[in-house]
Amino acid sequence: MAILEVRNVEKSFGKTNVLKGISFDLNEGDVLSIIGSSGSGKTTLLRCINFLETADSGKITVDGDVIFDSSSETKLSKKEQLEKQLSIGLVFQDFNLFPQYNILDNVTLALKVRARKRPDFRKNKKEILKEIEEKALSVIKKMGLEDKIYNYPCELSGGQKQRVSIARAMALEPKILFFDEPTSALDPELTGEILKVIRELAEDNMTMVIVTHEMTFAKEVSDYIVFMDNGIIAEEGKAEDVIGNPKTERLRAFLSKISD
Amino acid sequence: MSFSVVTTDLLVGFLENIKLFGVTLLLAIPLGLVIALGSMTKFTPLRKFTRGFVWAIRGTPLMLQLFVVLYVPGLVFDVQIPGNNPRFTAAVIAFVINYACYFSEIYRGGIEGIPKGQYEAGQVLGLSKSQTFFKVVLMQVVKHIVPPMGNEIMTLIKDTSLARVIAIGEVITKAESFSAKGIIWPLFYTGVFFLVFCGILTIVLGKIEKKLDYYKG
Repeated sequence: MAILEVRNVEKSFGKTNVLKGISFDLNEGDVLSIIGSSGSGKTTLLRCINFLETADSGKITVDGDVIFDSSSETKLSKKEQLEKQLSIGLVFQDFNLFPQYNILDNVTLALKVRARKRPDFRKNKKEILKEIEEKALSVIKKMGLEDKIYNYPCELSGGQKQRVSIARAMALEPKILFFDEPTSALDPELTGEILKVIRELAEDNMTMVIVTHEMTFAKEVSDYIVFMDNGIIAEEGKAEDVIGNPKTERLRAFLSKISD
Repeated sequence: MSFSVVTTDLLVGFLENIKLFGVTLLLAIPLGLVIALGSMTKFTPLRKFTRGFVWAIRGTPLMLQLFVVLYVPGLVFDVQIPGNNPRFTAAVIAFVINYACYFSEIYRGGIEGIPKGQYEAGQVLGLSKSQTFFKVVLMQVVKHIVPPMGNEIMTLIKDTSLARVIAIGEVITKAESFSAKGIIWPLFYTGVFFLVFCGILTIVLGKIEKKLDYYKG
């Protein structure tokens, strides 16, 4: 069964139909890349799945759990929504790290704030905080930043910042991790280190959805590629087919523009 | 008239300035936050009302506001300003309202200046809106508003002299009572009190800024 099911998601801003009915499935452990030119609706789709925008209609299911359903009578409460939010993680294009916290605190903040709601928090405060710290340290280590834990975001390179933001998302142990153009704010020589990290996550069977302009990377790392154009999925399929053997004229035009 | 007699007398006056300064700061800082929230609310009537109020306060002289607070309650509503020192109370009310309006605009600028991405990052990490505001946004706002708040606070100590128009015995009033006797120098001497006080403020504010300077952004 698919871990992520997106059905007929539509979204308009005013009179502009940004998403005109998007549907796709993603299997556990797979990597899906969403490609397409600016304004095709890729980022809006990502934001709708992550609750940063509310879709006008459609249905989204994560691991059998309906996280959004426009036809449902009962709306999710804010609290329920926050709970469901945790099953998916998002890595932003421009990192959005918290500048006033060091790297370790950036990764542990949400976990610590949430832990306070646990009924046994007062009793086991020390153990709980220690556990959180250890969990954070292990993801930070995985991102190769163990010698930076007491540094502040302003002291890091763009690539390091992005690795912190991946660590921050991973620390919450999401079922699916989304990336919104994770290398677009980086210098070309720094994109490599982020792509390497994503590649390693893919090898660990992390389920991921990546909005990207890096075609070579998308082809190599993804199991599946979706090409969006003007609010619809214009073409989709296995990565090597979509990039290596595009069927639609639009995708061919897009790919040739990108490779220039 | 000896220097020490003048100094003592002026110090008594300057104590009034400092009192008015302290009470105003203490009350206007939180009230400013309330006004800032009012001027940012999505509830349109309240937002329009708050912004209109801020416009009226910022658009009229503080000196005039002092007269209004002192006289209007008695003349129009037949209400006495409470307390055993109604003139000082009136000065406090006028100063607190005036400064809270200026502070509210600084707060608003600080809060609106925080990038949307900070709120979104809080949300995708499962933090509620208030958790995001208090744990993520507030500290950044404080850092951003310290320099403009410092400016206003420096202005405040000097503005307290305006209270003399409703007969508060502050430092310049005291000095004028000397010039009425033909001694003019105490009037200029009052500047030293303000200079020293502002010097201390500058040091304190500089320390606060430095303390918040451990990160950028």
